[in-house]
Amino acid sequence: MAAPNRSLVAKLSLLVVGMFGFAFALVPIYSLFCKVTGLGGKTGGVYSYDASSAKVDPDRSVTVTFITDNSAGMPWDFRAETPMVRVHPGELTEVKFYARNPTDHVMVGQAIPSVVPLPAAAHFHKTECFCFSRQVLQPGQEIEMPMRFFLAPELPRNVDSVSLSYSMYDVTALAAADSKAPKT
Amino acid sequence: MSTVIESHHDDHGHDHGPPTYGLTRWLFTTNHKDIGTLYLWFSFVMFLVGGAMALVIRAELFQPGLQFVRPEFFNQMTAMHGLIMVFGVIMPSMVGLANWQVPMMIGAPDMALPRLNNLSFWILPFAGSLLVSTLFMDGGGPNFGWTFYAPLSTTYAPPSTTYFIFAIHLLGASSIMGSINIIATILNLRAPGMTLMKMPLFVWTWLITAFLLLAAMPVLAGAVTMMLFDIHFHTSFFNAAGGGDPVMFQHVFWFFGHPEVYILILPAFGVVSQILPTFARKPLFGYASMVYAVASIAFLSFLVWAHHMFTVGMPLAGQLFFMYSTMLIAIPTGVKVFNWVSTMWRGAMTFETPMLFAIAFVVLFTIGGFSGLMLAITPADYQYQDTYFVVAHFHYVLVPGALFGIIGAVYYWLPKWCGRMYDETLGKIHFWLSFVSVNVLFFPQHFLGLAGMPRRIPDYSIQFTDYNMLSSIGAFVFGFSQLLFLFVVLKAIRSGAKATDRVWEGAHGLEWTLPSPPPYHSFTHPPKVTEAEAHS
Amino acid sequence: MNRNLVMRAASAAFFLLSSVAAWGEERSKLNLREGVTAVSHAEYDLHMLILKVCVVIGVVVFGAMAYSLYHHRKSRGEIAAQFHDNTRLEILWTIVPTIILVAMAIPATKTLVDIYKTGNEDMLIEVRGYQWKWQYKYLDAARHDQLSYFSTLATTQDEINNKAAKGEFYLLEVDKPLRVPTGKKVRLLITSNDVIHSWSMPDFGIKRDAIPGILNEVWFEVNQPGVYRGQCSELCGKDHGFMPIVVDVVKPDDFQSWYADEQTKYKERQEMASKTFTADELMAMGGEIYNKTCATCHQPNGQGLPPVFPALAGSAIVSGPLEAHIARVYGGKTGTAMQAFGAQMNAAELAAVIHYERHSFGNNTADITEPIDILNWSAAAH
Repeated sequence: MAAPNRSLVAKLSLLVVGMFGFAFALVPIYSLFCKVTGLGGKTGGVYSYDASSAKVDPDRSVTVTFITDNSAGMPWDFRAETPMVRVHPGELTEVKFYARNPTDHVMVGQAIPSVVPLPAAAHFHKTECFCFSRQVLQPGQEIEMPMRFFLAPELPRNVDSVSLSYSMYDVTALAAADSKAPKT
Repeated sequence: MSTVIESHHDDHGHDHGPPTYGLTRWLFTTNHKDIGTLYLWFSFVMFLVGGAMALVIRAELFQPGLQFVRPEFFNQMTAMHGLIMVFGVIMPSMVGLANWQVPMMIGAPDMALPRLNNLSFWILPFAGSLLVSTLFMDGGGPNFGWTFYAPLSTTYAPPSTTYFIFAIHLLGASSIMGSINIIATILNLRAPGMTLMKMPLFVWTWLITAFLLLAAMPVLAGAVTMMLFDIHFHTSFFNAAGGGDPVMFQHVFWFFGHPEVYILILPAFGVVSQILPTFARKPLFGYASMVYAVASIAFLSFLVWAHHMFTVGMPLAGQLFFMYSTMLIAIPTGVKVFNWVSTMWRGAMTFETPMLFAIAFVVLFTIGGFSGLMLAITPADYQYQDTYFVVAHFHYVLVPGALFGIIGAVYYWLPKWCGRMYDETLGKIHFWLSFVSVNVLFFPQHFLGLAGMPRRIPDYSIQFTDYNMLSSIGAFVFGFSQLLFLFVVLKAIRSGAKATDRVWEGAHGLEWTLPSPPPYHSFTHPPKVTEAEAHS
Repeated sequence: MNRNLVMRAASAAFFLLSSVAAWGEERSKLNLREGVTAVSHAEYDLHMLILKVCVVIGVVVFGAMAYSLYHHRKSRGEIAAQFHDNTRLEILWTIVPTIILVAMAIPATKTLVDIYKTGNEDMLIEVRGYQWKWQYKYLDAARHDQLSYFSTLATTQDEINNKAAKGEFYLLEVDKPLRVPTGKKVRLLITSNDVIHSWSMPDFGIKRDAIPGILNEVWFEVNQPGVYRGQCSELCGKDHGFMPIVVDVVKPDDFQSWYADEQTKYKERQEMASKTFTADELMAMGGEIYNKTCATCHQPNGQGLPPVFPALAGSAIVSGPLEAHIARVYGGKTGTAMQAFGAQMNAAELAAVIHYERHSFGNNTADITEPIDILNWSAAAH
């Protein structure tokens, strides 16, 4: 290959490899973008709550609705104890959820949260949630799953109603595959 | 304008043809003309396959009710029709045109990487067969649209999806290698005196398209690799259960997908920019603006992808950004249309078949552009999204757009390639049959969409019957008219009248300084680039 | 050639006339509908505005082309001019379209901002897309699920397969539409059970994707009573074209009485779980459920479409032990299209359909499946 060709082809191949890597880089970029902006209704990970420094807004009241659903192929009983609470931004609230496995085999479930309206998602902070980890239920077992959260006072003022849905997915196969993978 | 044309016949006093004949010639050729021919015939075969699928679709949609195929199979037809037309017809035929024309237009002896060229082509028949073979596998072939959104294409997909992914990887690899070759050829092998701003516009559009391909195809490769991992290795890129996001699939896909549609059209822009000046006997109007317009379109194409996702539930800021960027891309496109009309203005036009296709392109692509602008208006798009309005839009820009560009190019350059004229009367008949039927086929689909008919459905409510019937009739006439095209091409090759070197009175460019047909190896010595043959 | 001109002019006229015909047409077959909400009206206005802009630009450009195609022909003895540049013109036809588009973007932005003003709703309904039907859950002020039902295509297979005449609302009718009162702001929370679907109601100007694991919200307020129809608008599998959306908007009083009635029936259905039925009652109930929910895959005659949809006729599971049959229907089968109907039907419905399957298609097991069997199975820790 002639010299000018060789260096050009090398540069272009680098571009190709770079764009392939970029596609995979889009995964964490997308995730980060969603966490930071709350776009896509994602609520981010564990938050810590400091009761002494928390700024509670007593004049403002926001309704939080909980929607619980099973995904396709998931037969669990899954519900919130109280499907709606009224909270003040800045105030830590606990809500109990229940899940029961009615089948005759061990199952692993994963709850996936999603929040609307979108501007609210970035300000919905959970300090404890069953959605942070997978839930293993024996046949017939029922568990109580507490969830603790607070709404940041920065929640846009025009938002007075927030809906949080949990979709419960059957991840028994996923969990089995993960446990088979070599431990690092 | 003085016309000193160097004669190149002396160079080829000892011109030899191909090194071998028969099967070995075609399997092992590294000659850009041979490879161009291979690409073009391959795409024509795929055109018949994809076209047959379109006729299955339109036959089922001729009347409400299910007459011929079950919904599961119908979904395979729509998905495969799209995949074959995009990856098996438009893209390879554009590469075929590039292979034939780019070296001759820049005064180069061949492509920069001739053996890579051979590989780039021969991957295609294998990949194409693999893709079509999925239809015969257990569970059927791809049935999730050419856009293959997750989780329909991952968790809920048929087993053949793995082979579909493999085929996409192969098709992408072929495109990437071809693009590297084209860029290296254009940047490194131009004859002395052929500066970038003296190149024919077809070469410019392919230079830019090749960069688009290098940026976009690897992203598609990434997307299908993620799909493969989700399907086989229990990852959760797009699986909500594992913390993944189905919407992310759409973002990654359309980040590829939108530049992809410009990849499909830019070379056709280049073809039209070659044909109009020739038959108007007038230089292309606004050459520099045309180059900048293509470059702007290519750049902007990376900023508009989510206009395919306006109903997905994006935040307001996102919707506004993509609405504005999509509207913006209409500006350079409009500039090109105005420049084409100005090229015709005060020319001395004749209307041979290539010119007819080019003029039809300008009118009908513009109509497709209008419906595209309407789709850009986000609140209005809530009514158009996933209806036949979208189907009408993209078929207008792809069929009387890209495809007419390709057909026009074949009529335009075939006499150069094989040294024989095609039958002008038959060519015109092919044109008029195609022109009328393509409008009968796709124009009613605008109204179906506005009336609310969704896309990708095998059966519809009875108020949509009339326009569906009309569209199906157009489809069958259009489909069978393309057999006439095959006949015209074969007849020309076999027994057409001998063509001159110049072929067309108003033609300018280095390729027209060569004999018709050109020698197997042309421009083994670089030609002189004169004013006459600089960009037309 | 005069023929060329005539044909060119005819085609230009055809497009022009079609567009003009659409211009200002109210409910014509050619144009978008205005709909019955403020949002749909705004969308219609934007549509007409951009259409008019396109038609005007088209007339100018195609008009110039038509003129040129006639006058600037070699056969008319024209000699080609050789100009090939005009920077001022390039600037002009870059700036003018930009101005037009900016002008267009302003009302479009305003409409979009209005559409995004959710909140302060009078009613909240969860909409869930399934393969291939919609589920509606009415949530009261305390967000308890007061009423939940599936809305499935009501058009018969005979009509689809051309064995019976097609009705007026062919493919646009359901067994139980979504019912809402006029004059109330209704907020819908939209999601999916499996793949991506899309809830579309053109008369309201609404279309929003139903995505598994993600909640989307839209709102509407309709003042005009009537039955409004739309279709699923995202490819979701084989029956994507067969899961319509029907919304029945009624006066508030009518809505209240219907709602109270339905809530009672819903509670009764939940209580049916503790009743005992005769074999005939189970067959009748089960047959109805089977034909509405199961036949689309397993076929009305139980033959299925192997290998994707197994036959129930002579199936080992259906003629085998009851527990395994319940487990399959209740829990579904991961990795296939067989859903977990335990989440979709109550114990009485499950018992009926399982009983029906065990006594149809040539199957004839000796047992009778009662709701209590379902409850026992789901409560048992085997």
